[in-house]
Amino acid sequence: MAVALEQSLEAVALNRDEYRAIVRAIGRDPNDLELGMFGALWSEHCAYKTSKTLLRQLPTEGPHVLQGPGENAGAVDIGDGLAVVFKIESHNHPSAIEPYQGAATGVGGILRDVFAMGARPIAILDALRFGPLDSGHNRHLFQGVVAGIGGYGNCFGCPTVGGEVYFDPGYADNPVVNAMCVGLVAHDRLRRASADRAGDVVLLVGADTGRDGIHGATFASVEMDERSAERRPAVQVGNPFLEKLLCEACLRLNELDGVTAIQDLGAAGLTSAASELAHRGRRGIDVDVERVSRREQGMTPYDVMLSESQERMLVVVRPDAEAGARQVFQHFELHADRIGTVTASGRIRVRERGAVVADLPLKALVDGVPLRSPVAAFPDKQPTPVMPPVEEPEAILLDLIASPNLRSRRPIFRTYDHQVQDNTVFGPGFDAALLRVPGTNKGLALTTDGNPWYVALDPYEGTKAAVAEAARNIVCTGARPIAVTNCLNFGNPERPAVFGQLQESVRGLADACRALELPVVSGNVSLYNETSERNIPPTPVVGMVGLLDDLSGRCPAGFQEDGDLVFLLGETREELAGSEYLRLLGAPSEGRPPTVSLETERRLQAAMLDSIGKGVLRCAHDVSDGGLLIALAESALFGGRGLRCPGIIGPASREALYFGESQGRVIVSVAPRRVPELQKLMANHHIPLQAIGVVGGEDLQVGSDIRISLDTLRQAWETAF
Amino acid sequence: MFRAEVFVTLKPVVNDPAGLTIRGGLHTLGFDTVTEVRAGKYLMVTLDEADEGHARARVEEMARQLLANAVIEDYRIELQPIGDPVAAGERPV
Amino acid sequence: MKTGIVVFPGTWSDRDCAHAVSEVLGQPARYVDHREDSLDDLELVILPGGFSYGDYLRCGAIARFAPVMEAVTDFANRGGLVLGICNGFQILQEARLLPGALLRNASCEFRCEWVYLRVEQSDSAFTVDCRPGQLLRMPISHGEGNFFADRETLEAIERNRQVVFRYCAPDGRMTEEANPNGSLRNIAGIANARGNVVGMMPHPERACETLLGGVDGLAVFRSAIHALSRVAV
Repeated sequence: MAVALEQSLEAVALNRDEYRAIVRAIGRDPNDLELGMFGALWSEHCAYKTSKTLLRQLPTEGPHVLQGPGENAGAVDIGDGLAVVFKIESHNHPSAIEPYQGAATGVGGILRDVFAMGARPIAILDALRFGPLDSGHNRHLFQGVVAGIGGYGNCFGCPTVGGEVYFDPGYADNPVVNAMCVGLVAHDRLRRASADRAGDVVLLVGADTGRDGIHGATFASVEMDERSAERRPAVQVGNPFLEKLLCEACLRLNELDGVTAIQDLGAAGLTSAASELAHRGRRGIDVDVERVSRREQGMTPYDVMLSESQERMLVVVRPDAEAGARQVFQHFELHADRIGTVTASGRIRVRERGAVVADLPLKALVDGVPLRSPVAAFPDKQPTPVMPPVEEPEAILLDLIASPNLRSRRPIFRTYDHQVQDNTVFGPGFDAALLRVPGTNKGLALTTDGNPWYVALDPYEGTKAAVAEAARNIVCTGARPIAVTNCLNFGNPERPAVFGQLQESVRGLADACRALELPVVSGNVSLYNETSERNIPPTPVVGMVGLLDDLSGRCPAGFQEDGDLVFLLGETREELAGSEYLRLLGAPSEGRPPTVSLETERRLQAAMLDSIGKGVLRCAHDVSDGGLLIALAESALFGGRGLRCPGIIGPASREALYFGESQGRVIVSVAPRRVPELQKLMANHHIPLQAIGVVGGEDLQVGSDIRISLDTLRQAWETAF
Repeated sequence: MFRAEVFVTLKPVVNDPAGLTIRGGLHTLGFDTVTEVRAGKYLMVTLDEADEGHARARVEEMARQLLANAVIEDYRIELQPIGDPVAAGERPV
Repeated sequence: MKTGIVVFPGTWSDRDCAHAVSEVLGQPARYVDHREDSLDDLELVILPGGFSYGDYLRCGAIARFAPVMEAVTDFANRGGLVLGICNGFQILQEARLLPGALLRNASCEFRCEWVYLRVEQSDSAFTVDCRPGQLLRMPISHGEGNFFADRETLEAIERNRQVVFRYCAPDGRMTEEANPNGSLRNIAGIANARGNVVGMMPHPERACETLLGGVDGLAVFRSAIHALSRVAV
């Protein structure tokens, strides 16, 4: 093969087999622009060529699913003629390079995905992972990402209501930044981005096109090395104000007749948006690059077609609806270019000054990538390290609650507007956020979860646990989980151990979602999170939405009344591997993480919903990271009330009882007179319950082991980052 | 054509938390001799004007009306003639 | 209380204000586009929170030149009630309808949290329903709410009793810890000399329902209703 071709292929991150497949599909060698377009659409980021086969295992259907994967976002019926629209997406690579703009444009991208469906964005959640903050660089990434999320969401006017942040050395230099957006739309206004009428007019609306992020999609699909700095694309700078105008305009457009489709321009820019729109509608598309307004001079068709400039949308309208659409854009002082038309050709044709500069069959471009099936390897399991018994549980509890992974996230979420739109019932910091569905008494519970340490120890069990915990978090508010979105963040899949992690993780996701009857309606895969041969820990993030039929039945996470009795539901086993406790003690990260019995989890969640529905519970809080004592301490701090516990006993070591992270457990508080009901309900569902103590006082007291004042506990919990 | 550079700074009596934070950062990095940092805004305005005096007056007006807030900010303007950027083949920034 | 809610391109509390005024309080309300030039049908004009024009240069700097601001100025000069919330407060200052300026928060961070306010006077149109010293709990949500005025202006504001709200501790004490943004003398809201124009950083429209955490914001809107009924009598 000629050296020049090798270099071209390297530039677009395609291999020789893929090049041969292109030549076969189009019957000739592609020109540079065409090769660039293939490179972008056949990148891992756009084509899912490594993960597609695995993802087929996921359950994507359910009686309430209105839109599964394959669109800008998924959609689920919530009654009253309304649909909830949501998706989570990664922006890891851009955030590693420029944390503020990387995170900001990540939020911008996911907002566009939701309002492209015709839905008004009502919430943002962010799942973040960083290296430890004792490194200046990690701190720079952390602060930049948090500021970027706030900077974009606050200006746009969508509340950031939840998410999680974890710190682990495995994320040093390779942060994980996943943003989830949730929106609402009436069923009959749910829009699919499918250009299915030849002759329709294609409008490009929003920002002018510059040389931003060219090859961003490709860049997200190769590992970073020292040379990344040189070939990195221009950093994209977000404009949340323009995004707000685009959103309002799209929602207004959505009310008009004759608007066929709205599509966000994200990774691979115009190439991807135009091709996917037309291909979904089984049509073709002609694009005239001369008509695209530019921010810079001297841009080539290649630059225009592959630019990833932010805040742009494609709008497809019937010719007789163009004037109406233009009135809407004018109202919002937005610029719109008529850049092309939908055709019956099944091809994308790009023209410049009348000459065709690219002409490709859409089927090959959008759907034709040869799927990869790398080799998977599975490491041997190591036994759980044995550590000396707990000597000073009180000191350990204080250290744990002050540790970066468990301490209060308030310093982060108070920089996000989490209340705008006036629907936030439970804001950030609890098991799940709870939002009012405007105009109804219904609530939506929202969460993201994904404990990275369980997944690192056992990708199958760890991913099951992520789904189970997300569902449990939703259930603790009183809401019923209805659907899932997911973001799979992994290292370089060409490494057998990494592909093995991905394979096991997807199997866990599929099994857990099937068992809990949760359809996966959208998602995103981010591979090649690798720097200088260091791969991130496997990081599946589960985003989940739950529905509460009546907000008056909501259940808080903090203790509510002195004298209430506290119970632990579920079973504690001798499970310490992967715990924050062992990390605190500096134990090696080995062993079998807590396992999830999906059958038990189902019963526990049914029992919880039953109890909350009957008004038996005064509060409920998931027992997760840090274990039982951390959960009790949190409920005490949330409610500003102490707890008197005569002692915790059980068929496990004191360490496991206090700090183990066995799954399938919840702490609840009930008024004394409702205890018999609770006992009966749990017996009906075959869920063990154990009395823990009585709410009240100014201390958290556990037998003779622990007596800490809430003030002391709060001080430790509110340790600054 | 003229290029005006407008430097907008907080008045000396106004507290500047950004400047203080940056000063703290510089101290952390070992730049011990830094005694004060004041943060401000920098704007570059390109004008299609023929006369320097007129150009300056226009920029003064802009600064007074919009670019600076007289309650809290001062401004300083530097003006210089430039060639036509398009003719010179220069890319606008 | 015929209420107009001004919508600049980047306003986002417009819908929240409309919800509070019309859904919670049952008062008639309409949106006012930033290009409108007549407010003759209105008794109360609200400039809500948001990022009016992206606020990249300075909060409210561009908004004050919108056509509607001329009408707002006339309306205020004729004694109409004007409430600027958050970004609306910033715009009223830029338009010189209220004194002082709002700087970046002393923490250099955006802050969204519940705060306590002490009502300083019950003469303004938006506090007639309160008693001086009363505490109100409301959320703030801003990056630039650090009230500043030069010494002379500050003394004049105090002398004329134009300070309407100050940030305070839950027990009403004015402490440094209770000041979320570094505002001079913990100032959270001020009125013009006549008392018909008030600007405040906290969001009363977010504190109108128990479900969302509190109802103290209602006092601000109910005061306006009473102030208007007094005028009518």
